[in-house]
Amino acid sequence: MKNLPLLFCGIFFALAFSFTGLVLSSNIQIGSLTQTTETEDENGNPMEGETLYPLMASGLAQQGKQVYIEMGCIYCHTQQVRRDGFGGDTGRNWGPRQTVARDYITQDRVLLGTMRTGPDLMHVGGRPLNADWHHLHLYNPQITSPGSNMAPFPFLYETRKIEGAPAANALKFPPNSEFSPEAGYEVVPTRRAEALVEYMLSLKLDYSLPEAQIVE
Amino acid sequence: MSTAPQSNSQSVNPYSSQDAAERAELSQIDASIRSSALFFTVSAIFWLLAGTVFALIAAYKAHEPSFMGDSALTTFGRMRSAHLNAMALGWGNNIIFAVGLWIMARLCRSPIRHGGMLTIAGIFWNLGLTLGIAGIIKGDITSVEWLEIPHYATPLLAISYALIGVWGIVAFKFRKGEHVYVSQWYILAALFWFPWLYVIAQIMIIWFPARGVVQSVTNWWFAHNVLGLWLTPMALATAYYLIPKVLGRPIYSYYLSVLGFWALAIFYNWAGVHHLIGGPIPVWLISAGIVASVMMVIPVIVVGLNHHMSVVGLHKEVWRSPTLRFTVFGAISYTLVSLIGSAMAVRTVNEVTHFTHFTVGHAHHGVYAFFSMIMFGGVYYMMPRLLKREWPSATLIKLHFWGSAIGITVMVVALQIGGWIQGVEMNNSEIPFLEIVQNTMPWLKARTVSGVFLTVAHIAFAVNFFWMLFAAGAIRAKQGPTLLDSTSEEGAA
Repeated sequence: MKNLPLLFCGIFFALAFSFTGLVLSSNIQIGSLTQTTETEDENGNPMEGETLYPLMASGLAQQGKQVYIEMGCIYCHTQQVRRDGFGGDTGRNWGPRQTVARDYITQDRVLLGTMRTGPDLMHVGGRPLNADWHHLHLYNPQITSPGSNMAPFPFLYETRKIEGAPAANALKFPPNSEFSPEAGYEVVPTRRAEALVEYMLSLKLDYSLPEAQIVE
Repeated sequence: MSTAPQSNSQSVNPYSSQDAAERAELSQIDASIRSSALFFTVSAIFWLLAGTVFALIAAYKAHEPSFMGDSALTTFGRMRSAHLNAMALGWGNNIIFAVGLWIMARLCRSPIRHGGMLTIAGIFWNLGLTLGIAGIIKGDITSVEWLEIPHYATPLLAISYALIGVWGIVAFKFRKGEHVYVSQWYILAALFWFPWLYVIAQIMIIWFPARGVVQSVTNWWFAHNVLGLWLTPMALATAYYLIPKVLGRPIYSYYLSVLGFWALAIFYNWAGVHHLIGGPIPVWLISAGIVASVMMVIPVIVVGLNHHMSVVGLHKEVWRSPTLRFTVFGAISYTLVSLIGSAMAVRTVNEVTHFTHFTVGHAHHGVYAFFSMIMFGGVYYMMPRLLKREWPSATLIKLHFWGSAIGITVMVVALQIGGWIQGVEMNNSEIPFLEIVQNTMPWLKARTVSGVFLTVAHIAFAVNFFWMLFAAGAIRAKQGPTLLDSTSEEGAA
């Protein structure tokens, strides 16, 4: 190879080509998506007076998302549901429909994930799991899910001596659990644990979008 | 030593060039880059060891989750991310800065001017990385794959990268001779591609986040190209340099090397979207990624053929030479891992392998069995020329080779079998999730065992390296290259 201008052009345009094709064009195509109603009128505009989806997250849930990021949950949990017939996502009740680009437009950081050491969490807030369950599960996954290889997060909880009446938000261990604190002690969530559980409960794929309807 | 090698086995001798003036010129170039190349190699080895420790902790936690579970600092997500960044940006980039720039300077026949500046830029790179990895462990991790380093460390990394990468381009600018060898194209292109990818990804994901899943597209365009347009070209450049150098005969085909380079440049950078198959992005983007991934078969076969034909008939020499034993292992892995990678991009295969340990095995197959093995080969070739002394122990080199070769083979096989089972079971929604988790356990334990092999290998490598660096007189006085097969001292060919 002696034709150096050609070499430089080739090196430049090779990457410029995919940068344009993948990054810029997807930014043009899906970077302009907006919130909309579950169905649109015949002109493709949102229905007046109906709720716009996806919803914006609440402040506490946003803080919980930050905890999710700091703990590296994404390395074992995805937040995306593949379409019915491609993988077992809908069969596992990980969501009532597939996720689409519009589902993520209100998020500053998108946490799709690429690994399912643990289950998908796109719709975890829509499963029959309450805050008590989530707290026990985060404190030590073996309490709720024996045999799980999920990391425990005891450092998001505080074990303290019961002074007077037990705290209302203390963890409710199953009877005779080997993970219960000693008698006279209780385990209470820190604010970060409360935020993280709020975030878990806020993750719901219970709305339709014009391009992705929930089929009953 | 003989100045006119007749047989190929003699040309395994590092001082094999027949032209005394050419040897003198190379020595001068080596001297100009010696201190910075040594600095980068030492840094790379420290990061390799640190990354190995993080990896062992993460691997063990994957089947014993309560291990070191009481501290947020050592939770799984942070340990595996510290591991990834220590290996990719610590081991990978430092060893590229050492071996890649050294090869570039040699091929351009252009001494590095003001090499001290290069070392200073390197110090800043490693400071930035230390800050970044400490940030990950402390909890400032971004949770963006391959870009976990927090925002306060990345500008330092970007600036110091620019100050390092520019030396390769300067060497190229002041090159002598008309012909430009294939390794030079790869290195030049990669030095240019990496900062582009890194800066765009930082801007569009961290500093001014693009809307929604545009971030994810950018993320995988970046992350896969770190492999495809940074680590891969650097490793291929190194292999293209080492194979003819050690064997003393030219690369098999010039035209295949041209074809291999351009096919890689055109196809690889579109492939990354295959990480989002089934995901919430437009299908045409994914299809483009799948097409490019499958087209990668062309450069892979071409490069594989070219490398294979260059070593064919000289297998004994390859086996005797520490450099080539590692390099050829890496070159063979390149063909294997890339063909598996192309297959994994096909939708029906991806439906199973996506989201499983299969992908983790694949990533290590690429970055370790291919990239790192070739770079180990590069270090084995470069150090005697920089230090003008030989490797102290052939036994330690063998220990390194077998530890790495067995370790990575066990890891890839275990994770890919385990991952495939995991994927098939996950797609069958009748099987409870916790049962699937349990079924991955034996394979995850096998990965930890493979990690022990790799740890032994890395320690052997580090001991041999520092022994050589701070060598006693006995090693300085050692004559002739350290080869791995003492029985065929003379004329195996």
